[in-house]
Amino acid sequence: MPGATPVTPLPGADRPHRRQRVGQAALTEGLGSAFAGLALVWVIFTLTGISAPFGLVVCWLGTFLIIYGVLCRMRYGILIAKDRLATVGIWSGAIIAFIALAGVIGYVFFKGFAAVFGGFPHFLTADMTQLGGNAKVSELGVGAAIVGTVEQVAIATVITVPLGIMTATYLASNNGLFARTVSAVVDAMTGAPAIIAGLFVYLLWVVPHHTAGKTGFAAALALAVMMLPVVTRAAQEVVAIVPGSYREAALALGAPEWRVLLRVILPTARAGLMTAVILGVARIAGETAPVLFNAGGFAGYNWNPFSGQQDNLPLRIYELIFQPGKVPIQAAWGTSLVLIFVVLLLFMLARRLGSGKRGGRRFVAWARSRRTVDADL
Amino acid sequence: MTTLLEPPAQYTPPVDDVPIVINRSVSRADRIFRLVMVSSSATVLLILVAVVVFLTKNGWQAFTKGGIHFLLDATWSPDSGHYGAMPLLLGSIAIAVVAVLIAGPISLAAALMINEYAPIKIRGFLTGTVDMLATVPSIVYGFWGLELVSNLQAPPAKWLVDHFGFVPFLRTPTPGEFVQSVFACGLVSAATIIPIITSVSREVISQAPRDACEAALGLGGTRWGMVTDVILPFSRNGIVGAFLLGFGRGLGETMIVVLILSKANHLTTAIMGPNGLGSIAKQITEDFQTGSPLAKSALIFLGLVLFGTTLLVNVVARLVVSRGSK
Repeated sequence: MPGATPVTPLPGADRPHRRQRVGQAALTEGLGSAFAGLALVWVIFTLTGISAPFGLVVCWLGTFLIIYGVLCRMRYGILIAKDRLATVGIWSGAIIAFIALAGVIGYVFFKGFAAVFGGFPHFLTADMTQLGGNAKVSELGVGAAIVGTVEQVAIATVITVPLGIMTATYLASNNGLFARTVSAVVDAMTGAPAIIAGLFVYLLWVVPHHTAGKTGFAAALALAVMMLPVVTRAAQEVVAIVPGSYREAALALGAPEWRVLLRVILPTARAGLMTAVILGVARIAGETAPVLFNAGGFAGYNWNPFSGQQDNLPLRIYELIFQPGKVPIQAAWGTSLVLIFVVLLLFMLARRLGSGKRGGRRFVAWARSRRTVDADL
Repeated sequence: MTTLLEPPAQYTPPVDDVPIVINRSVSRADRIFRLVMVSSSATVLLILVAVVVFLTKNGWQAFTKGGIHFLLDATWSPDSGHYGAMPLLLGSIAIAVVAVLIAGPISLAAALMINEYAPIKIRGFLTGTVDMLATVPSIVYGFWGLELVSNLQAPPAKWLVDHFGFVPFLRTPTPGEFVQSVFACGLVSAATIIPIITSVSREVISQAPRDACEAALGLGGTRWGMVTDVILPFSRNGIVGAFLLGFGRGLGETMIVVLILSKANHLTTAIMGPNGLGSIAKQITEDFQTGSPLAKSALIFLGLVLFGTTLLVNVVARLVVSRGSK
């Protein structure tokens, strides 16, 4: 509209207004109801002579919700009362989730700390051949298992990554019946039970090779079956974000398709692809069921994944749990701590790369510039 | 006058007015490239086919002997000719159901909290934490469950059975320890599927139309009103899909069940006590290495049944999620 004075919005005016401050009154009501509930339940439990800490907490939560609900109902009406109760419910649900999940990591750290850090690097370098008899935890170690896990995961990655990325690129640029079928298969296989991958490779590889069948390579094959759909699926999503105009521009300039993939699509999607691969690695590094029938679980060092049985971190935990006595359990906690550490380290690495300075920022900058152009039109 | 209506010169179309044919021949390098791409996709397809073929081929022997009794009978003992996979299949399903019933509401609360209730500054951090917890290996969850959770849940479970034994699922035929129960497995499996359900349903919830949410608040609605009347109706399909994905994961859960569940498979509705239902994944893991050829074949067929069930659940879940997000 020509002639109209342009209205300059106040800074921050487009941000939604949120009422999130917990008022003095709400705080008093909440704490008061909690205290009243605790007092009531306490009195009832003491009078009836019940001693059950878990029951106490559950009854306390129930009474608190009732008292708080009635209070809010009386003061503010049914709508506000429902809102307040829902807020309490949602926060408690979320807190339960985070406590449960943080509890796992905390508990493993607590239990495994002594085994790993008592005489520090020894647990990471020694092997489990001393197990049995009356060996102490300080004589055991997960070195052999770390070697096995690293080699098996590396082989699985080498098999999976080219296959997964090529499939993903194909799926991202084709939409025929074949591509859709493969896409559905990848989706379905992402959630396939891990034990099936183990069974499959056992039947495919270990049985035909008889006694020499259980090797690190067989375990790596099973892990690759698990990893392939994960990497393909994630890579498919990453490749799909690469702007179609990049690809078209390159093709229009006369580049052959294979160069477009190698020089345009893969470099643009590099950060995302690295994230996809590392997440896949983190996922399979912790899988037990696929390697259960295939790795063999030899307690000593075996550097050669192609001959002889090999150990593996999750498999070692599994075997230690079923050993009699306390020492194997302590060692199993130590191994769990090492495994969690490895997996979380990989995850952090993936996150860093994913939000990394290079690919990520460049893409964001591109998207922004794109938006301003649209706005000017 | 003669020049006024002079007929125009006969228009003769140029002979060569045909569209230029662009030489669209694909170079040899590109043909090889396309072949490589298609064959890599075909490999992925082939792996799935190979899994099904190998399991069917090796499991067929037991299935032909057992026939339809394979799925219907209640006793699993292949060496003596009983192929009843019913308690195992039902057990796997029961564990997954318990896990989803526990994890579902908690994950939904967590997803709502991250998206709607938490301070904006920590939302990214919480999302990252949930994704991170999805990578914690299931053997670690299983070990944690074996050493800590199954013992913690035993006294409340005993109390429930003692006082509410008349409820069908709580009644237990063999009172005793409550540590190795289907319920304990479901409880621990719930911890492993919370990150999955939370992450998928958070994704779906975040796509609810923001303007409708703000409008609901602007009209004076409470935040809970906005959740029930805008967000949940919009993302209902996606949340159901997320629950189904969690269910699929719970079905295939191996290590937790192997570590916690008692070595029994009885057809019963009791989920709290020992001597309850079995589990396919557990049976395969424990008996496969030591079993006779016939027992192995039967276990492989069981694996096929589990694989088929999980694939079905996953395909349905993906369909529901993708339809929900449109």
